[in-house]
Amino acid sequence: MLASDIQVAQNIGFGIIAAIMILGALRVVTSSNVVHAALSLVAVMAGAAAQYLLLAAEFVAVTQVLVYIGAVMVLFLFGVMLTRAKLGKDVDLNNDKGWMLGAPVALLMLGVMAYVLIDGFEDTKLPAGAVAKIGAAQNNALSDKIFSAYALPFWALSFVLLAAVIGAIVLARKD
Amino acid sequence: MFASETESAIHESAGWFLEHAWLIPLIPAIAFFLIIFFGKRCPKGGSEIALASMGASLVIAAGAAYQWIDRVGASAEGEAGGLLRGFFGAGRVAEGEGEGEAAGEVVHHLEPVIRGQRWFSIGDLEVGIGSHIDGLAIMMLLLVAFISTLVLLYSTEYVRGDRRYTHFFASITLFSAGMLTMVLAPNMAQFILGWEIMGLCSFLLIGHWWEELPNAKAALKAFFTVRTGDMGLLVGTGMLLAMFGTLDIGGEHGINTQAAAFVGDHKTLALAAIALFIAAIGKSGQFPLHTWLPDAMAGPTPVSSLLHSSTMVVAGVFLVARLYPVFQVGLDITVAGNHFNLIAVIGGITILIAAGLAFVQNDIKKVLAYSTVSQLGYMMMGLGVGAWVPAVFHIFTHAFFKCCLFLCAGSVAHTGSHHSFDMKKDMGGLRKKMPITFWTWIVSTAALCGVPFFSGFFSKDEIIDSAHGNHYTVFFIVGLVGAFLTTAYMTRATYLTFFGKARGGAAHFVNEHEDHLHEPAHDEGHAEAADDHGAQAHDDHGHDDHHAPITHGKPLPFAPDDSPWQITVPLIILGTLAVLSGYLNAAPFHIEKMHEWLHSSIGVTLPEAPVFEWVNALPSILLVAAGFAVSLYLSKAVFGDAPSPLKGLTRRNSLLGAGHKFLVNKYYLDALYENVIVRGIAYPISRAAYWTNQNILDGIVNGVGKSGKRTGELVYKYIDQGLVDGVVNGSGATATGAGGALQPVQSGKVNLYGALLFGAAAVGALVLVLVNS
Amino acid sequence: MLVNNFLLLGAVLFCIGVYGVIVRKNAVLVLMSIELILNSVNINLLAFDQMHGNNDGGVFALYIIAVAAAEVGVGLAMVLLIFRNRKTISLDDLSEMKG
Repeated sequence: MLASDIQVAQNIGFGIIAAIMILGALRVVTSSNVVHAALSLVAVMAGAAAQYLLLAAEFVAVTQVLVYIGAVMVLFLFGVMLTRAKLGKDVDLNNDKGWMLGAPVALLMLGVMAYVLIDGFEDTKLPAGAVAKIGAAQNNALSDKIFSAYALPFWALSFVLLAAVIGAIVLARKD
Repeated sequence: MFASETESAIHESAGWFLEHAWLIPLIPAIAFFLIIFFGKRCPKGGSEIALASMGASLVIAAGAAYQWIDRVGASAEGEAGGLLRGFFGAGRVAEGEGEGEAAGEVVHHLEPVIRGQRWFSIGDLEVGIGSHIDGLAIMMLLLVAFISTLVLLYSTEYVRGDRRYTHFFASITLFSAGMLTMVLAPNMAQFILGWEIMGLCSFLLIGHWWEELPNAKAALKAFFTVRTGDMGLLVGTGMLLAMFGTLDIGGEHGINTQAAAFVGDHKTLALAAIALFIAAIGKSGQFPLHTWLPDAMAGPTPVSSLLHSSTMVVAGVFLVARLYPVFQVGLDITVAGNHFNLIAVIGGITILIAAGLAFVQNDIKKVLAYSTVSQLGYMMMGLGVGAWVPAVFHIFTHAFFKCCLFLCAGSVAHTGSHHSFDMKKDMGGLRKKMPITFWTWIVSTAALCGVPFFSGFFSKDEIIDSAHGNHYTVFFIVGLVGAFLTTAYMTRATYLTFFGKARGGAAHFVNEHEDHLHEPAHDEGHAEAADDHGAQAHDDHGHDDHHAPITHGKPLPFAPDDSPWQITVPLIILGTLAVLSGYLNAAPFHIEKMHEWLHSSIGVTLPEAPVFEWVNALPSILLVAAGFAVSLYLSKAVFGDAPSPLKGLTRRNSLLGAGHKFLVNKYYLDALYENVIVRGIAYPISRAAYWTNQNILDGIVNGVGKSGKRTGELVYKYIDQGLVDGVVNGSGATATGAGGALQPVQSGKVNLYGALLFGAAAVGALVLVLVNS
Repeated sequence: MLVNNFLLLGAVLFCIGVYGVIVRKNAVLVLMSIELILNSVNINLLAFDQMHGNNDGGVFALYIIAVAAAEVGVGLAMVLLIFRNRKTISLDDLSEMKG
C-alpha cells in the first residue's frame, strides 16, 4: 500500500468517525431521554478512542475505553437510575428558552475558534507514517515521561483521586 | 571543574551548624506531627514536645549564628585591612578569582551557604529544597526560634486548661516551622511553601476560639485579606521565573544576582516587583490591606505576640529584604533625583494611618496591633529609602519589645483585669500590683517610642536619619511625625493601664490597702481562684466587642498580682533585650556589628549610611519628649480624676467629634471594602446581567413574535420586572423585600453562570483576535 | 491528514458541550456535557502531541482522563446527595448559592 493510500483511508475513517461523534454529541445535548443521551455519549467516547488510534496514541485510546466507556458511563447510568429519572421521554430536561442563551454563546465560541484554528494552522500536516509509530516503543516513551519529567503532576493527581474517592464516599454515604 | 573546587572550598569552611541548618525548621515540623498524634497522651498535653523542639531549634540557630559570625570575621581578616564598610570587598578567596567580574557588577563580600537537593522537577525546571544561609537568614532564624521558645513557655501558663490545649501547641509549632522554612528558603518554591504554611496556621490560631462568631470572622478576614495579597506572590514569582529562568534566590545565577545586574528596560521587573510588593502589603499589614491585623487580636495573646513580633507580619518585610535587588532595580530605589517610590510611599502612609488609629482604641491589644502596623510601616519605609540594614535591624529590635508588650498585655489580662483587654473599663492603677509587668512594659514602651539608649532608638532613628541622608525629605518628616505619634499613643495606653484609679472587677482590690493582700491565706485563695479561672474561662479572651458582662462564673474578683514565673520570666528576658538588643548596631557608639554581619545579604550597592551626629537625632528626641508631655497632659486631663474642661471634648466639639468618629471607624476602610467594592462592583454586574436576561432575551423573544398570549405574558413580565427594578433604583437599600427578587443573577442558576462564563470567554477571545489581526 | 481536522473536531465538540452546559437543567446531563468538553480537549492535546512528535500531549491526556474520572465520581455523589435531600436534581430548583 502506498503512503498516500493510507492517508486517504485515514481521512475517510476520520470523516466517518467524526460525523458519528458530532451526531452523538448533538444527541447528548438535545435528547429528551436521559438514557438515550447517555448511550449517545458512549458513541462519542468510542469515537474519541478511535480518533486517538488515528493519532497513534494507542495507550490513551485503551485507557479511554477502559475508564470512560467502562467506568464513567456505568457511573452515569447508575446516576440516572438512582435519581429516578424517567426512563422514557422527559420534557423537563432543558431550561425554558435556554437555547436562546446557549446557541449564540456556543456559535460565537465556535466561530472564534474556527477562525483562529484555520488562520493559525491552515494546512499544517501531521507527520506521515503516524500509524507506523504505534508500538511498544511509544508506550515506553510515554511512561518514561510520566515518571520523570511529569512525576510531580502524577503525584498530585494521585492525591486528587484519593480525595475524590474519599469525598465521594463521604458525600454519598447514608447516615 | 572550577565550580566544584569552589564548592568544596566553601564546603570546608562552613561549620556543622551552617551545614545542618535545615534541621531548624525540620525539628518543629516533626514535632507538629508528634503533638498531633501523641500530644494528648503526654503528661503535659504536648506542650513539652513543642518546647523541646523549639529549644532544639534555638540551639542549632544559635550555633549557626556563632559560626556565621566566625565566618564574617574570617572573611574580614582575609581582606587585609578589614574594609568592612566598603562596598567593593573581595569575596572569599575561592570565589571571583577565575571569573574576572566586570566593573560595576555587585560583588558579594561573603557567599551565602547554600545547600539543598532536588525536591521536584517539572520539565526542565528543577526545584530544590534546602537552606540558604546568610546574615539575614541567620538573624531571622535566631529571632524566630528565640521568640517562639519564649512564647511557648508563656503559653503553657496562659492557655492552661484550654479545651484545645494540644491543638494550640501543635498549630503554634507548625507556624514557627513555616516561618523558619520560609526564612531558610533557597528558592521561591520553598519560600511560598513556608509562606502558605504560615497563612494556614495563622488562620487556625486566630480562630482558636472559634465558637465565638467574631473570632471565626476575624480568622476568615485575616485569611482572605492575606490571600488577596498572596496572588501577587504567585504572579510575581511567575514573572521572575519567566524573566530569569530560575526560582533560586541566591547563588551565581539566582534571581538576586540577575536582578542586580539587570540592564535595559526594566518595565517587566518593575511589574514583578509591584506584584511581589502586593504580597508583602497583604502579609505585613501595610496600607490598604492592614485591616486584618487588628482583628487578628481575636486570637489568644501569645499568638498575637508571636504573629506581631517575629513571624507572620514581618514575612512581608522579609520578602522585600530578601529579594531586595528586584525591588531596588525594579522600583528605582535610591536613584538620584527620585524622591518617591512605591515601597516608601506605602510605608509612610502606613506609619501615619496606623498611628492615628492607635489613639482611639480602648482595647490594649488593638493599640499594640496598630502600633505594630505603624512600626512595619517604618520597616517598609526604611527599605524604600535604601536603609536596608536599619530596616532589618528594626525587625530585630522591634521583635523583642513588641513581643514583650503583647505578653505584658496578656499578663495584665491574665491576672490583673479578669481577662478583659479594655483599658478604659477594666484596667488602671495596676502599677503597684504588677511591678514586673509594669516595669517590663515601661522599658519596652521606651524602646518602642525611641527613647535614647533603648533599642528602638538605634534602629528607628537610623531609618529616619537615612531617609534624610538619601534625600527622601518627605519620608524624613513622616518618620519624625510617626515618632511623635508613637510616643503619644503609647503614653495614653500606659496611663490608662497602669496609672490613675483602678476600674472594673479588680478595682476593689487595687484601691484597698496594700498589706491586706499579703496575708498568706489570701494569697493562697487567690492562686486557687486564678487557677480555676484559668481552667474555665480562657476561651473568653480576646473578643473585643463582648467584654461588657464578664462573668466567668468563678469567685471572680481575685486580686491583681504579678503572674506566675512562666509568664514573668519571658517578660524579664524580653524586657532586658528590649534595651540591650539595640547595642548590636548603635551608631552613636560606632558599633556596627549588625551591619557587618548582614550587609552581604543586600545584593546591591546602597548609598553609605549617614554618619551619626547627635544634632541630627535631636529633632526626633525632642518630638518624642513632646509627644510624651502632650499625651501625658491630655491623658491626665481626659482620663484622670480631676475635673477638666477637656473631658468629653469629642462629644462637645463637633469637629473633634467627627475626627474621633472617623478614627473609630478606621477611616471607613472596612466599610469601603464591604460596601463599595463588594456591593458596588459585584451587585451592579449581577444587576446588569439580570437586566440583560430579563429585558434583552425576553425582548428577542418578543421580537421574534410568538403567539399573542405569550407576548402578553412576556410584556407582563417585562413591566413587572421593570417596575421592581425601578423600585430598587429608586429606593435602594430600603426595599429589602424586593431585594430578594433583585439580586437574581446571583440567582444561583448554574446555567446562567455557565453562560456568562463561556460568553465572556468567547467575547474576550474575539476581542483578542480582532486586536491581533 | 491535516492537524486542523482534529482541532476543528475538538472545537465542534467543545461548543456542543458548552451548549449542553447552558441548556440542560438535569444535573446528570450537565455532567455529561462537561465530559464532552473534556474529551474535546483530549483530542486537541493528542493532535498537538502527534504534530510535535513528543509525548507530552499524551501524558496530559491521560491525566485529564484521570481527573475526569475523579470529577464524575464526586459530581455524581453530589447529585445523589442533592437528590436525597431535595428529591430533585433540576438545577433550577437549586438556588442556595443565591447572593
